[in-house]
Amino acid sequence: MKEQISIRNAIASDLDAVVSLGQVASQDRKPGFWSNVFDHYVLRDKNDRFFLVAESGNRIVGFIIGEVRAWEFGSPPCGWVFALAVSPEKRQLGIGQQMFEEISQCLKQAGVTTVRTMVDRDDKLLLSFFRGLGLCSGKYLELEKQID
Amino acid sequence: MKLNKASLFALIAVLELASDTEKQLSATDIAQKHGISTHHLAKIMRNLTYAGLVQAVRGAGGGYRFSGNVRRTTLLDVIQLFETLESELDVPNWGNNSDPIIGELQSITSEIDNLTKAVLDTITLATALKNTRIRAELKANQASPGRVIT
Repeated sequence: MKEQISIRNAIASDLDAVVSLGQVASQDRKPGFWSNVFDHYVLRDKNDRFFLVAESGNRIVGFIIGEVRAWEFGSPPCGWVFALAVSPEKRQLGIGQQMFEEISQCLKQAGVTTVRTMVDRDDKLLLSFFRGLGLCSGKYLELEKQID
Repeated sequence: MKLNKASLFALIAVLELASDTEKQLSATDIAQKHGISTHHLAKIMRNLTYAGLVQAVRGAGGGYRFSGNVRRTTLLDVIQLFETLESELDVPNWGNNSDPIIGELQSITSEIDNLTKAVLDTITLATALKNTRIRAELKANQASPGRVIT
């Protein structure tokens, strides 16, 4: 039987579960990062900001965060997805895709028609995931240099 | 970027076979369908078999069958069986040339190569096949506009 997954807006009490999932995804501890994210994307007025979680039973098994950003780098309003994670034992069940489709609809309702993200070039799994959902190289190039 | 013929033919063959993992096709079947050289493709199929991407099925009605993982094999995995995708400047002593202009040109071509590889390494066979099907449906729909894509 297919597992029932529900996607809903994150609430304050999801913080611990999200921090755990976030640590699995990035291996890094990020003191202060998640409480700031929750403050900004869950607790405050958030017309153009979306923080969704995937729930299986009573357990959080994934999250996705995105928002509308306008005129950064000269770009017209556009949706950005900047965090996504699915619990390792719940991967390949379509949860990431379900969350991405849901947040895309939220972004569309907020008035944008393009969604962007940025992924580490070495993160083949995540890049392949986004590619599989139809994302491809956009018109902006990320540039960087080491500061002496 | 220009793929060499071996890479291109290998991609065609792998995508053709991976589109239906139960399907068995001979090199001639694939070559005729896509208008490419059977002789050249036969050699490529041996390399793909050796790499474990396809399996040779012997006997009557035999041929080749896809034996890799469509969701984990990328276009780059296939291409790198046949070429490195490293640009080479046609200059003397390539690789240990100390001319700073050559060094800068090497750095630029290396950046381009890395971008190319990054793109090819994230498109799985499953994604390429999904896009191929969408493309085919769009084409069919344009040919007969009344048809509904489901």
